[in-house]
Amino acid sequence: MASNTYYDPADLRKFGNITEWSKELGEKFFDYYAKVFEEGALSAREKSLIALAVAHTEMCPYCIDAYTKDGLQRGITKEEMMEAVHVGAAIKSGATLVHGVMMMNKVNKLEM
Amino acid sequence: MLKEKKEKQQSLHKRHSDLALANKQLEKLSNGIFASGELPLFSEKIKETDQFPLRPNKLEILQINVGYMCNQVCEHCHVDAGPDRKEIMTRETMEQCLEVIRNTSAHTLDLTGGAPEMNPNFRWFVDEASKAGIKDFIVRSNLTIIRANKKYHDLPEFFKNHNIHVVSSMPHWTRGKTDKQRGEGVFDQSIKALQELNAVGYGMPNSDLRLDLVYNPSGAFLPGDQASLEKEFKHALSDDFGIQFHNLFAITNLPISRFLDYLIASENYEDYMHQLVEAYNPAAVKNVMCRNTISISWDGYLYDCDFNQMLELKVASKIQHISEYNEEILNNRKIIISQHCYGCTAGAGSSCQGAVTE
Repeated sequence: MASNTYYDPADLRKFGNITEWSKELGEKFFDYYAKVFEEGALSAREKSLIALAVAHTEMCPYCIDAYTKDGLQRGITKEEMMEAVHVGAAIKSGATLVHGVMMMNKVNKLEM
Repeated sequence: MLKEKKEKQQSLHKRHSDLALANKQLEKLSNGIFASGELPLFSEKIKETDQFPLRPNKLEILQINVGYMCNQVCEHCHVDAGPDRKEIMTRETMEQCLEVIRNTSAHTLDLTGGAPEMNPNFRWFVDEASKAGIKDFIVRSNLTIIRANKKYHDLPEFFKNHNIHVVSSMPHWTRGKTDKQRGEGVFDQSIKALQELNAVGYGMPNSDLRLDLVYNPSGAFLPGDQASLEKEFKHALSDDFGIQFHNLFAITNLPISRFLDYLIASENYEDYMHQLVEAYNPAAVKNVMCRNTISISWDGYLYDCDFNQMLELKVASKIQHISEYNEEILNNRKIIISQHCYGCTAGAGSSCQGAVTE
């Protein structure tokens, strides 16, 4: 039970246990989750790559673990995976940088 | 680094590795996470759905391993095959196999190895066996053997003349992934061999000359959906190299022999076993290949499957050798299981013919 770190890789396997303390909400979440990743207007493969990119921007170690493995199982190459991570990184850094406009607006407003 | 490279070119047997011994592999598969109860034994798991003891259905496939010698040393090989393995089926044992092939009720004959073509009596055996009129005659060819030496260059023609169903390994449609698992240069040679098979008519749409590919994951993860992978393979191989094939069989790597060695060395063993157990699918147990297959080793002994053969687990029957073969008695046996069996029941299931459930 006691762990010396906040994150333990073995905890990922226990994700399903969240239903134990709130059955209905937990099950609704997992039903929804499974539905989201089914083949749809987007392929399951495309969704896997989106999930991998978001896993990185969210910096979720469990999600990175899960969607790297998911990508390998689907035959997705490491080059494709890294490009997906760059998409996440570009949006992340773009989101930071675009706030520079806010800073510029403020400066322009305050300065004589 | 050099030592590591050299080791990769040798079988576990040649390296005198502990894991070359079947009993050491079986020990590993029964100790640790299984002995502590962290994961259930396979026998307990199939008891949940009243499928223990596992028994055969109707015999459909005779799989004959004509020798462990191979021109490749693939990292995941469950046979621990390689150029340094000298176990080869003799002509005398082949004669005994032919007697069985002529009288069996099985509709499929499946020759495997090693590289079966390296057995010096391979062509004679195929010639004789094809006269028995078995419906589906498979040879598992690693592809590169066709290009390995001049004496093998005419194999596509030879296969065609005997209406052989060719099943070949191809772990990925990219060079990097294929070569990492199967050895440097394997991808390019495999592509050339596939083009040569296509050239004589193998794998072409509507052709009766069947060419199927086998996909094994190149690492400690399970295969994805077989139909999706087949689509990806067809698309990439056709676009990049103009190659056609019929079906893709997605096969799970079983945690034995060299793949087990890799799992332990890369510290993936426990995680991989967890993956297999979590993906356990009771529906796959119904169609698992040991229920319709008899596996025959190079020295004529009988096994429930090729994996049990490598673990030296002979059939639990008073008939254990091809020389005393009796289908009726053999079909009354209990199938021998251990934790490696989780590999055949994960997800959509896995057999030498790929997934076993829809």
